[in-house]
Amino acid sequence: MKALLELILGDPQADRAVPPTGMTARLTVFVAAVMAFLAVITLAISLTTGRVAEAWAQELAQSATLRLPVDPQTSDALLLSALDVLETTPGVTSVRALSETEQQALLEPWFGPDLPLESLPIPQLIEIITGGDDYDADGLRARLSAQVPGAVLDDHTSWRAPLLEAASRVRLISWSVIILIGATIAAMITLAAQASLSANAQVIRVLRLVGARDTYIARAFVRRYTSRAGLGALVGVVVGIGATVLMPQGGSGDSILIGVGFVGAEWLLLVMIPILSAVTAFFATRAAAFRRLREQT
Amino acid sequence: MIELDKVSYGFGGTALFSQLSLNLTAGSFHFLTGPSGAGKTTLLRLCYADLRARSGKVRLFGQDAATLDRDAVALARRRIGVVHQNCEFLDHLTIAENIALPLTVSDRGGEAAQNLQELLNWVGLGAQANQLPPELSGGERQRAALARAVIMSPDVIIADEPTGNVDWEMSQRLMRLLAELNKMGKTILIATHDLHMIRAMKTDVSARVLRLRDGQLLQAGADL
Repeated sequence: MKALLELILGDPQADRAVPPTGMTARLTVFVAAVMAFLAVITLAISLTTGRVAEAWAQELAQSATLRLPVDPQTSDALLLSALDVLETTPGVTSVRALSETEQQALLEPWFGPDLPLESLPIPQLIEIITGGDDYDADGLRARLSAQVPGAVLDDHTSWRAPLLEAASRVRLISWSVIILIGATIAAMITLAAQASLSANAQVIRVLRLVGARDTYIARAFVRRYTSRAGLGALVGVVVGIGATVLMPQGGSGDSILIGVGFVGAEWLLLVMIPILSAVTAFFATRAAAFRRLREQT
Repeated sequence: MIELDKVSYGFGGTALFSQLSLNLTAGSFHFLTGPSGAGKTTLLRLCYADLRARSGKVRLFGQDAATLDRDAVALARRRIGVVHQNCEFLDHLTIAENIALPLTVSDRGGEAAQNLQELLNWVGLGAQANQLPPELSGGERQRAALARAVIMSPDVIIADEPTGNVDWEMSQRLMRLLAELNKMGKTILIATHDLHMIRAMKTDVSARVLRLRDGQLLQAGADL
């Protein structure tokens, strides 16, 4: 805590004791910016994937489709019977038989707009909207098999499970990438700090000879690399936000697509990137500096 | 202040000296002389814990140097002002900043402003305060190194060939500065091969002259 306070307050004279390191400084800022940019994009993808998966799962979880068997002789009776069963099922909030036009629209992507639906054996579909905890899909299936033989209830479980699994994997990969980005920043800062410490071996020797403690010498390097990593990451975050704004933002209305980006408290994660980058640099440089000081003098 | 008790040191398999003892008491003035390569600089470096003895004990202000951690060594060095043979400046800092460096690294940078100009004038570098070390002559650098060595008002001042790069007049001036410090109670140890300068100084200060030769540290006699 004391070290952090001294780092924030700084000491211009102490900073001047170590000569400026031009190219290393610029490279550190650049790499931190690139890493932060990648972190923003990865976060955006991860969070958006999570939101999309959740929205899809929620919509699919609250709906089911009943497919009636194709039989022109009994279709009307089966429809009435099915509607009767559904309307008396607890947890079912609305039931609606899809019109021919709606069914045609569903098939249009695969068969084109001129599909003669009336001449094809297309099963009647019933959209079921559920709500509440008392909805029991297995109980409904049992009743339907008794009263509407041949009807198939699809509660979208087979859709939802792989969708949620895929979303979960994407998020896991994204967070792994973010951890790797953090490790890369730490490794890069360590290398840069070590190079700088080696280049300033004579400066360090003189400082030690006039009574400088390791903490004092390390502080000058730590302060430098912490501020560079923080500044670079800030630039990377700003550019990353710009990039997410330019990404497709999805459809409007009741579209299931959600735009790539950040919502609500997710923005706080972006604030954390420069802070975490600086904290990573602080510890990486401090460890490298003390290790090198012990070796060097 | 600083005591070497039966100290041995060497490089690789070769012993530079062994069983060497030296006691720098408070307010004493010692010259250390001897031929080149005898180990004068090495002996001085042992005195400010820049090297560790192979055997024997080095005591800095009553503490065994071998048991001091890195922070304790740094604190001990604040009580020892060293004038290095090659001055050891930071070339990107001005002479004033270099002289103030011991205060800066001790987080006492605020004290520098009031003492610095006085000290610069004392060593005759008032006009060169804002110049960089490479812009100074050998004599000016030696005087700046002396100013840096004394800015913390150390108990001990160790100088390694402080007159090596300067003419006779300048060497006399530097030695008078050191004699002045000794009169103020500072312990002084000067390594030099300049016997003329030692003879000239013996009239000003009560100094012991030690000769390091063939790994032995002996009191110099009438042959000086």
